[in-house]
Amino acid sequence: MHIRPKQWFKTFFLTEMLRGMQLTGRYFFAPKITVQYPEEQTPQSPRFRGLHALRRYENGEERCIACKLCEAVCPAMAITIESEQRSDGTRRTTRYDIDLSKCIFCGLCEESCPVDSIVESRVLSYHGEMRSDLIYTKDMLLANGDRLEAELAADREADRAYR
Amino acid sequence: MMQDFFHSGWWAVLWSIIKIVIVVVPLLLGVAYLTLAERKVIGYMQVRLGPNRVGFRGSLQPIADALKLMFKEVIIPTSANRFLFLAAPVLAFVPALLVWAAVPFGPDVAISNMNAGLLYVLAIAGLGVYGIIVAGWASNSKYAFLGAMRAAAQLVAYEIAMGFALVGVLMLAQTLNLSKIVEAQAGGGFWSWYWLPLFPFFLVYFISGVAETNRAPFDVAEGESEIVAGFHVEYSGMAFALFFLAEYANMIFVSLLTTVLFLGGWYAPINTPLLNWIPGLVWLLLKTAFLLYVFLWIRATFPRYRYDQIMRLGWKVFIPVTIAWIVVVGIALETPMRALLR
Repeated sequence: MHIRPKQWFKTFFLTEMLRGMQLTGRYFFAPKITVQYPEEQTPQSPRFRGLHALRRYENGEERCIACKLCEAVCPAMAITIESEQRSDGTRRTTRYDIDLSKCIFCGLCEESCPVDSIVESRVLSYHGEMRSDLIYTKDMLLANGDRLEAELAADREADRAYR
Repeated sequence: MMQDFFHSGWWAVLWSIIKIVIVVVPLLLGVAYLTLAERKVIGYMQVRLGPNRVGFRGSLQPIADALKLMFKEVIIPTSANRFLFLAAPVLAFVPALLVWAAVPFGPDVAISNMNAGLLYVLAIAGLGVYGIIVAGWASNSKYAFLGAMRAAAQLVAYEIAMGFALVGVLMLAQTLNLSKIVEAQAGGGFWSWYWLPLFPFFLVYFISGVAETNRAPFDVAEGESEIVAGFHVEYSGMAFALFFLAEYANMIFVSLLTTVLFLGGWYAPINTPLLNWIPGLVWLLLKTAFLLYVFLWIRATFPRYRYDQIMRLGWKVFIPVTIAWIVVVGIALETPMRALLR
């Protein structure tokens, strides 16, 4: 074996070991970056893609016109839409289901929507106790929209310049 | 009547039991909180917070863990040797407690202040590996068996270096009694402790201690990334907890013995009335706690040794170095340099 004095010095006086321990010793006193989840949350962008919602116009009319672009664009095929002609001549959905166990939260439905009806909110913590709990119907999505409208409108407004 | 009782054999037995309880109960509490300290220290070094949900800043976490382990089922694999499988955790745990019989906590304060204390400690500490080997064999699992084989080979390699390191202490102290070894280090303060003249032994002993307790970076016997969990892969519940208790009790013991042998036991680092006023037990525990912190610090810093590197370090570095330094110390003791060592 080739003997290298420098290497021997390093080995026997544990210099590299001590330098390693110096580093971890310094990090022991470093400020901690853990986010204490339920009390603290990481910052969210206005573009955050979470739980879906169906929005309404200010007069209470639902925005969705059943163009089915979202259904067509959805890569996970999580959206199911059925539509009919209403008595006032407009086309509206009779069924709008999103299967959240299929959804991949890509946001294509939101991007494809011509009337800003289907959107993804900032809500990231929701759960279902059965698989069927994760199929969100039109009523549930509209309820989400009604509940979160202020935040949704503010986020769309904040992102308007970039769309 | 009372006089009779205090002079009878029964009182001796009762007094021994009281002493054992006084040592073992704080020891087990110490083990419990060492697991918390480990998680906290390693967390802090990884810029995390560690457990902080159970109780104030996680202070009840060890109790929650203990309760969980107690109520979990002990699963015995069908192909395992039932008797040995259940005996192995006990075999690992009992020596981890037995060694504490000889540990001196102050001048003449020990469960048994025996004259061959150092030999006793060395003998009993070596027994602990039987639990690991038996566990690995009785599990009838290839990972457990590999872990046990590694533990056995590692023990043989490092026990020798450890023994040689202790020979150095014997040469200076001229006694095997642990209390007297500490008393031989009295005098000047930290420069009269044995870590200075026996610095290579101090390092070799402590590193061997890390290896003997199968702690990172010498934890190839567990090696979770290679052999799942090594010898205790098949264990669950309280049987698993006993291995953990044994490992952490051994950690505390190695730290305490390093303190006793090399860091002046219960003596204050500077021999002044102000520091001497603090009880010796406090100094002993402070030094032990520091060495335990170094244990955790090492674990947070170094990656695991490869198996052949462990063997090389043990056989080709530690044993030659300790033998050479024994010769140096031996020559020094026969020349006027003797005064420097005493």
